[in-house]
Formats: sequence, C-alpha cells, structure tokens
Amino acid sequence: MTPVPFPDLLPALPEILLAVGGMALLMFGVFTGDRSSRPIAWLAVLLMLVAGALVAFGGGAERVTFFGAFVSDAFSSFAKMLILLGSIIAVLLGADQNERDGQARFEYPVLIVFATLGMMMMVSASDLIALYLGLELQSLALYVLAAFRRETVRSTEAGLKYFVLGALSSCMLLYGASLLYGFAGTTDFAGLATTLGTGEPAIGVVFGIVFLAAGLAFKVSAVPFHMWTPDVYEGAPTPVTAFFAIAPKVAAVALLLRVMMEPLGGLVDQWRQIIIFISIGSMVLGAFAAINQTNIKRLMAYSSIGHVGYAMVGLAAGTAAGVRGVLIYMAIYLFMTAGTFAIILCMRQKDRMVEGIADLAGLSRTRPMLALALAIFMFSMAGIPPLSGFFGKLYVFLAAIEAARDYPALYTLAIVGVLSSVVGAFYYLRIVKIMYFDEPAEGFDRSVAGEVKAIIGVSAVVTMFFFLFPAPLLSAAATAAAALVKG
Amino acid sequence: MIVQTLAFYLFAGLTVASAFMVIAARNPVHSVLFLILAFVNAAGLFVLLGAEFLAMMLVVVYVGAVAVLFLFVVMMLDINFAELRQGVLQYLPIGGLVGLILLVELVFVVGVWVAAPGTTPVAPVPLEGGISNTEALGRLLFTKYVYFFQAAGMILLVAMIGAIVLTLRSREGVRRQSISEQNARQRRDTLEIRKVQSGTGG
Repeated sequence: MTPVPFPDLLPALPEILLAVGGMALLMFGVFTGDRSSRPIAWLAVLLMLVAGALVAFGGGAERVTFFGAFVSDAFSSFAKMLILLGSIIAVLLGADQNERDGQARFEYPVLIVFATLGMMMMVSASDLIALYLGLELQSLALYVLAAFRRETVRSTEAGLKYFVLGALSSCMLLYGASLLYGFAGTTDFAGLATTLGTGEPAIGVVFGIVFLAAGLAFKVSAVPFHMWTPDVYEGAPTPVTAFFAIAPKVAAVALLLRVMMEPLGGLVDQWRQIIIFISIGSMVLGAFAAINQTNIKRLMAYSSIGHVGYAMVGLAAGTAAGVRGVLIYMAIYLFMTAGTFAIILCMRQKDRMVEGIADLAGLSRTRPMLALALAIFMFSMAGIPPLSGFFGKLYVFLAAIEAARDYPALYTLAIVGVLSSVVGAFYYLRIVKIMYFDEPAEGFDRSVAGEVKAIIGVSAVVTMFFFLFPAPLLSAAATAAAALVKG
Repeated sequence: MIVQTLAFYLFAGLTVASAFMVIAARNPVHSVLFLILAFVNAAGLFVLLGAEFLAMMLVVVYVGAVAVLFLFVVMMLDINFAELRQGVLQYLPIGGLVGLILLVELVFVVGVWVAAPGTTPVAPVPLEGGISNTEALGRLLFTKYVYFFQAAGMILLVAMIGAIVLTLRSREGVRRQSISEQNARQRRDTLEIRKVQSGTGG
C-alpha cells in the first residue's frame, strides 16, 4: 500500500477552528455551569468572527482538499460569510432572550457553533458523503435547538416534528444519493459531472435526482415539503426560529445550488422542471397561505416559504446570472429576516412574549422607531422599490427572463412570481396598516437589549440604503456565481 | 479443513438453535440472552469467512450495545409477555403462510442471482501484501476518509450534547454522593465524646 500524503488543512481552516473552538467552549461550559452562558455566547461570537476573517483571508481561489471531498472557492466563501453572519445574529438574539426566559444555558451558543460548522461543511461539500455528513451535523444540532425549551409542550412538539420529518427527508436524500452513486460509480462531484455527462441519462439517474432534490427541498422548506415549517417556526423559541429562518436556509439553498450546478450541471433539462414546480408551488403557497395568519411567527414561516420560491426562480434559470441572483436574494433576505425577528423579540408585554399580529396595533404611536423599522422590512419583503427586497426579486426575475429565450416555460415562472408577489404584498402591507392606522393596543416593554437594538438598526439601514451602494454585494455574488458555473 | 467444517456446523447450528430460542423462550430476559448467543455465533461464522473485522464489530456493536439496550428495556418496562402471547395458535396459520411465501421468494431471488458476466472484484481476496482487512480498513479510514471520519465524530458529539440538553435536569431533594465530602469527613465532625458521670444515667 502506497503511503497517502497528508491532506492540506489550510482550505478547511475556518471549519477546523470552529470544531476545535466549539469543543473548547463546551468544556468551558461544562466546568463552569450555566452562569457562564453570557461569556460563552460572546466567545462564540468572537470565534465565528475569527472564522469569518479566515474565510475572507482564504480568498476566492479554488482549493480542493481531503482527497476531493472538500472544496473552498469563491462560492463557498460567499455562502460561509452569510452563514456566519446569520449565526452571530442568532447567538446575540438568543443570549439576552434566554436569560429573560430563565433559559440561560451554555449549550445554546455551543449548539449554534456546531450547527454552523455543519452548514459550512455543507456548502464546501464536493462529495455526496461530505454533503450528507454536513447536512446531518447541522440538522441534528437544529433538532435539539428546536426543542430547547423542553418544559413547554410547543417547543418539544416542534423539536419532535422537525426530527421525524427531517429524518424522513434524510432518507430520501440518501436514497437519491445511493442511486446516483450506483449509476455513476463515484460519489465525487467532479466524477459525477463527467460520468453523468450531458444528454439523456438513465432512468435511475433521473430517480436519483428527484429524490436528492426532494431531500434538499425539505431542508429549504420548499413546497411540497414545507409542512413542517409553520409548526416548527411557531413552536421553537423565537431566537431559534430566527436562526432557522436565516442561516440554515442560506446554507441549504447554497447546497442546492452546488448540487444542481456542479455534479448535475449537465442534466439541467432533467432537474429544471422539478425546480420550476417547487418554485411556483412555494411562491403561490407563501402568498396565499399567509393571508389568514394571526401569529407573526407563522406568518414569517409562510413568508420564508415564499422567499425560497423566489430564490428558486434564479436556480431554474440555470445560468451564472441566475446563481448570482439567488445569492443576492439570500444576502438581502438575511438582513430583512434578521431585523424582523429582532423586532418580534421586542414584542413583550409585562415580561411575557406575545406573538399575535393584532398586538402590533398602533405601534407607530407607542414605539415610532420600532414601527418604522418593521415598516421598512415589510415594504422590502413585499418588494417595493427602492428597498433592497425589490432588487433581490429584480435580479432573479431578470435572470429567468434572459434564460427564457432557450426555455420558454421560464416566462410562465416569472409571471407567476410577479403575480404572487402582488398577492404577498397584501399581508406585508396589512402589518404596516395595523401599526400605523389601528388604535394603539397595550404597548410593549421598553427594556430592549443593546444587541437587539443594534441588529434592528443595522438591518434597517442596510435594507433601506442598499440601493445606494449595491456594488460590493453584486460583484461578490458575481464572482461566487462564476466559481460555480464554469465556462 | 475438517476442523473448519466442524466449526462451521457448530456455529451455524448454535446460531439457528439460539435464534429459535429467542422467539420460543418464555422469559423475555432469556430471549435476550439467546439473542446474544446468536450474535456471538454469527461472529464466529464471520471469522471462518475471514472477515475478522465484521466479527469484532458484531460483538462490539450488537452484543455490547444493542443487546444490552434490549436487556435494559425488557427489565425496566413491565411488559406482560404472557398477555402478548395469547392467541398465538389463532394467528399461526396466517403467520406461517406469510413466512412460507417470504421463504419461497428468498429461494427464488437467491437461486437465480448471478454476477453479471465480465465483472471483476475491485479488490482481490485475500488482499495483496498479506495485510488483514482490519488493517486495510483502518488505513483507508484514517487517510483517504479522514474527513468523513472526523465529521461523523462531530455528529456523534452533537448527538451526545443533544441527549444531555434535552433530558438532564437537576432535581431538588435528591441525595447525591459527594466523594470529596465523604473523604474530607473527620471524626470530630460526627462524633462527640461526652464525659458522663457514673450513676447519673446520661
């Protein structure tokens, strides 16, 4: 047996740092107990900031290591930056909230660090086994986080539901992966791309793609695999819901992009119909099902289903411009969602969380700044120019229209998208109407932690003034997309 | 050769016999113990095949973990097995029929199964260079697949953390053993010597 060279660890340095740092934080927490949950939260934030700096330092050059299982390129760096940002926000939102609920436990930031590690492994996966292991690492941490408030029925129900359905989706994903492996004889993405090639694939390969797409669609909560989303979003503790809505979604969308564009890139005609179907389904369901909601967390769940639908429009285009649109969309979505959930965390009356949309009535008079920020996020989610949400939708629809010359079904997709965003605007604007024109209800508690205020402020500013400085995000997304779609 | 054949019949016979006893034993604890016996004999069969790694895994995973888990469940849950057994004779015909159909299907599947002509095994058996398959697996696992190995380790760690987060609770009013406290105890903390005048009666 020939000796095997030691793998190059540098491309995976941020992941290694997170793994080692997460374990160190775990040990620290075990020996000092729950009273150190605050310092551990801040250390976790610091850890993820350093990891982010390492990702940024790593640059965009494509580096493959661990014998082809792990790739670090501009695309994965872009996604990792978004994931780390989302995780930092979740740790900050959770540290304060858990303390108020008497749930200050040090495992919260530790589990988020491990979930982040799993997500970064997902977006860097260049092998079906690496893909599955990363996905499972993040999912397992998320199941636990969903059931984090174990003494409440809703939280445990959310955790159990998420676990059972998540396990089912993992089965489907594994089945699809095994079919692809069986027909291609390799799990390596590059090998899959050459073996599967272009042209007409075997029927088993098509089955494999369908199952793989179904498993991943579950993770991004796209229709028809969205059923868990409203219940889990409603039942999980609010900071955890915020985390679910931001980081794992970005990671899963990035993973879906990589799987569809890299190993299955030649078979775009096979998977495009699937993506178009789940995209239309998600957009329409997100628009119509949210209308009747009275709970704001459920509303955000349907809203996030809709947003995934819009992002999938870019993937359905199957071009570099489409991938760029999806990445821009996810970056903008991250800020809007983070800000909205930070505001939901401020919805406390007499030290008790309230989640009803009606509780927002007359917020403009009791808390004008909060109402203004929420109005900005709602207008942006509805896609009203010049707010950032408009540009997110603009780039994916533009990409779809460009690609529609070769594939006319994309015109239908774009039209359905625009129409459903008009329907969706109804419930976003209803919140604005309730805040500004309804008689004031009981106001919210005024004690808001500094971190939460900062997150609301920064997100609102980014969402509001994105149109003034769009260039950095646009060029970064373009570089990332070019790394994924070669040639 | 004759020794190997004898060993095969010994292991195989014991496996089948103990597997039968698993479903026939009246006491569920005996069932689990027979299950362990079946696993150990199956491990012996693997050794005869030259798959010593699988044999070790069977003992470590199935005997060491799964069977002990079964034993715990059987002992901790108060299941009335006598009640479960009622009506066995009533369901015997249909159960036997289902079993027979499955057996016939198995015979058909295995009977017609042939490797596609022209296929060659990826690795020769036994492996080149005289290394055992445990060593070969270890070399692969810790070199080419080290990333997957470590990732799987992280997943198990998260599973452990999760189990503790969701179930461990510190209850009030539980008397816990504190070894350091016990060791630090001095005689004067617990014993008080009093001089008692004789005749006063304490």
